[in-house]
Amino acid sequence: MMTTPASTTTIDLVQRFPGSVSADTRPGYSGFIVEKDKLVEVATAIRDEFGFDLLTAVTGVDYLPENKMEVVYHAYKTTGGPGLCFKVQVPREDPVEVPSLIHIYPGVDLQEREAWDLLGIKFTGHPDLRRILMWEGFEGHPLRKDWKEAFYEEDAKPFKSRWPDGKFYMAEDNTPLKDNLNFPQNFDPEKWIPEDDQMLYQSLKRYTVKNEEGLETDRIVVNMGPQHPSTHGVFRAAITLDGETIVGLKPVVGYLHRNHDKIGERNTFLQNMPFTDRLDYFNSMSNNFGYAIAVEKLMNIPVAERADYIRVIMAELSRIQNHLVFIGMLLNDLGAMYTPALYAFEERELILDIFEAVSGARMMCNYLRFGGVVRDIPEDVMQKIKDMVFERLPAKTDEMDRLLSENEVLVSRLKGVKVLDAETAIKYSVTGPVLRAAGVPYDLRRADPYSVYDRFDFDVAVRQNGDMYDNYAIRLDEIRQSLRILEQAVKGIPQGPINSQKPQYQVRVPAGEAYGRIESPKGELAFYVVSNGKPNPWRYHVRPASFVNITALEEMCIGTKIADFVALLGMLDIVMGELDR
Amino acid sequence: MYGKGILKGLGVTWKRFWNTYIDDIAWLIRGKKRYYTEEGVKHRSSKNTRGIFTVQYPEERLILPEEARYLPFLVYDEGENGKKEVRCTSCGICAKVCPPQCIWIVRSNDPNTGRPIPEPTEFFIDADICMNCGFCAEYCPFDAIIMDHDFEIASYSRNVYNMEKLLKPASYYRSIRPENYARNEAERKAKEEAKAAKAAGAQKATAA
Amino acid sequence: MDNEKLSLPQYDIPEDIQNAVAITTLDRLYNWGRRSSVWPLMFGLACCAIEMIAAQASRYDMARFGMEVMRPTPRQADMMLVSGTVTKKMAPAIVRLYNQMPEPKYVVAMGACASGGGPFKEGYNVVAGIDKFIPVDVYIPGCPPTPQALIAGLIKLQEKIDKESIRKVRWYRKGPDTMEIPLPILGPDLIDPRRNAEIKMAAAETKEGA
Ligand code: SF4
Ligand code: SF4
Ligand code: SF4
Repeated sequence: MMTTPASTTTIDLVQRFPGSVSADTRPGYSGFIVEKDKLVEVATAIRDEFGFDLLTAVTGVDYLPENKMEVVYHAYKTTGGPGLCFKVQVPREDPVEVPSLIHIYPGVDLQEREAWDLLGIKFTGHPDLRRILMWEGFEGHPLRKDWKEAFYEEDAKPFKSRWPDGKFYMAEDNTPLKDNLNFPQNFDPEKWIPEDDQMLYQSLKRYTVKNEEGLETDRIVVNMGPQHPSTHGVFRAAITLDGETIVGLKPVVGYLHRNHDKIGERNTFLQNMPFTDRLDYFNSMSNNFGYAIAVEKLMNIPVAERADYIRVIMAELSRIQNHLVFIGMLLNDLGAMYTPALYAFEERELILDIFEAVSGARMMCNYLRFGGVVRDIPEDVMQKIKDMVFERLPAKTDEMDRLLSENEVLVSRLKGVKVLDAETAIKYSVTGPVLRAAGVPYDLRRADPYSVYDRFDFDVAVRQNGDMYDNYAIRLDEIRQSLRILEQAVKGIPQGPINSQKPQYQVRVPAGEAYGRIESPKGELAFYVVSNGKPNPWRYHVRPASFVNITALEEMCIGTKIADFVALLGMLDIVMGELDR
Repeated sequence: MYGKGILKGLGVTWKRFWNTYIDDIAWLIRGKKRYYTEEGVKHRSSKNTRGIFTVQYPEERLILPEEARYLPFLVYDEGENGKKEVRCTSCGICAKVCPPQCIWIVRSNDPNTGRPIPEPTEFFIDADICMNCGFCAEYCPFDAIIMDHDFEIASYSRNVYNMEKLLKPASYYRSIRPENYARNEAERKAKEEAKAAKAAGAQKATAA
Repeated sequence: MDNEKLSLPQYDIPEDIQNAVAITTLDRLYNWGRRSSVWPLMFGLACCAIEMIAAQASRYDMARFGMEVMRPTPRQADMMLVSGTVTKKMAPAIVRLYNQMPEPKYVVAMGACASGGGPFKEGYNVVAGIDKFIPVDVYIPGCPPTPQALIAGLIKLQEKIDKESIRKVRWYRKGPDTMEIPLPILGPDLIDPRRNAEIKMAAAETKEGA
């Protein structure tokens, strides 16, 4: 396997900060442990002296038995190469406090809020530390190991009640309220005063303005979503407007928070595989890929060579249909209702036919297993893939190009409308096509090659202006590059077994941590998995591209017209399943 | 020239529009039916499809690939005089591997011997939880639980399937998944032969 | 619906005008009108919504059922297709949308999540089925139901509409013609105002720290 370790010994943080940084020596772990008080200083050095400009992931781990909370940071360089993992450990006594890194890496904004929401880690210095996935007023921090929901059965699956004495019952039957509800002691619903988003509106900058005479004026606040046809799901944005210009914006998410992490920590390692399908539901193959890589790293097993090729083929097909649908949906948002979308969906259906034939399902493929894939590609499906890759898809990509790229109306609508420039994009940890459209050639398939991507000859699609048109065009470029990869992969796919392991439903995973990441069509998708040697992960965290990318949404939108908001949001290509998990 | 790009784009839609009729005529000349036939649907799902792409469900149906999966069902072999020989041995692997834990199996013991009876007494799948992942079918050692192709199962109430509802004959299994069925049968035969050979070998050994 | 299905067979229609007239009952005519123009609310929740979009896209044809006009506003919609996981945070919005829909209205729970919680049922932010709040007419199992399965479910809804009778339907009866459902409130957990007393009792019994 070609993945690089999460950190290297070439960077000697310990020497640079003697006494306040120590190497993480727990078996299976790597990186550095930083003293809490020195965190800001060390992080500044990591960014400025060592050049790790992209902080991709921040998350917390609750080590209940050791009575510790740990915050884990993963930093990378946009020039490529291995990353650096550093951690802060604090005792697990309330309040758990860690200094916020928001002034060094603004991209941590939403991720720190998530850690606060789900784990109750207070990031001191964070200007807007509100709950993000749950609502204000929710009781408890659900990802803590001692927090239990109403339908809680056991710490780990499989549940003993299912077999051999599996008398059927609904989960509801076992709870006092006959529903998925838990209330604190002596709670009186009639006396409850809901928070009503007051904190949200207060956090909107320049909500009230004072003019010279001291007259206070409220700006208009517009809530878009959670039910809105163009927000790509249940996304909500609270926007302050001055006339038609956006002066403040806060994304409000969590309307599709399905407790992926919590459920994932109860599942066995294998059982998480189909759950990852439901993250970015356009690209279940890519999600499987990322998760498989993370766990394979942890298990330290090789991947069968043929399976690696199959994975690449599936991931790239997935990318193509994602980008096609992106273009179709973008045009929908811009008002060119349906025609491009219908054309895109045609190719998507044909690609989904391939997925269905190999994996059994159109969308929720559940196709990868640790060490390989679940079944080989049948001969006739291989032929179909070849037909698509060599004949149909190139022609249809060109057709899409012809249909749209020179259309004057579209061009004048998109050209020159700024999305993000390179510096801001990196600052806000934006990854994926949006970053590349701003001129940063950062593609994990090249920057930190995983699987067999280093064997293929392709270019990292990159555009320079970072405006809407470039963001649109880069998707077409990427489709073309994906087709190049696919051509080589389909030609070069070796014969052989499709899994290096025996089919087994209980895998042995040694204790340790792993951060597996891939270039998903939306950006960097990563899984941070901590195992303690048991059949279930101790911590299972998804670092989704969509979620981190919307950190930059406010920066992107301020100063633009409200009419552009939908298009700008469309450019980020968010998908709620992944954003909210 | 301003408007060239628009015209170019319109050319694409224009071509797409006519393709439907061109293909219609082409099929007509060849004397084949383009609509409401399996051949027509197959063509519309192939790389050569152009023009109209719609499959007019429910009159036409997509051809499901063998591996397609929806909800699982339990297989029984048809024994003599219609006796249902349930393949499931209530080993519990499917219930253990099921990610959302939506399988419930009651295994009972023989009141006389106290040994477990292989056939499950009750078998439930909560179809409102099942995520159609296919793990149960993948890891069942007896090919007793198989992913179904039937998707027309909408109902007016919640769906909790009991054993009666889940059981389907092996002939149905063969009809939806011929290749898998053949492979399973071959494996089973090989296993049985190996067993028989072993038993014969053992007999010989004792005789000798 | 064609003439044969619409007209009642028990009346003899003279041969020469058979193709020109159809005799039917008001119920049939009414149901036929209803079932042939069910406008869904344009509203998607999760993964299932993508299959719903696919069902509206190139390969499938919902227009044949009169369901292709997706309305982004609930006030013009007849059917709510709950396509995906209902979370507690989203539940108030869904109930509000439902309340805003004019009668007659139908609810289809698409997929395991909307029907009964689905794979994420055990999660702390997941409502175990939208029928906890609003009445559901048709449940479509599957995760996700394929577009064909969705259309099969919608045909099932049409069958249900066919069985309605003007004399019995709720929205022609006396009394308030819509069913206003109290909005759930986001408290320490999701509060259903209809169950306030129960919640109070249960909360009194919970032990400290449980
Ligand atoms: S794994 Fe197969 S044999 Fe075992 S209980 Fe499940 S269905 Fe029955
Ligand atoms: S398909 Fe998956 S979720 Fe459904 S019963 Fe089988 S193992 Fe469980
Ligand atoms: S039923 Fe399955 S596909 Fe549908 S929303 Fe739920 S998890 Fe997603």
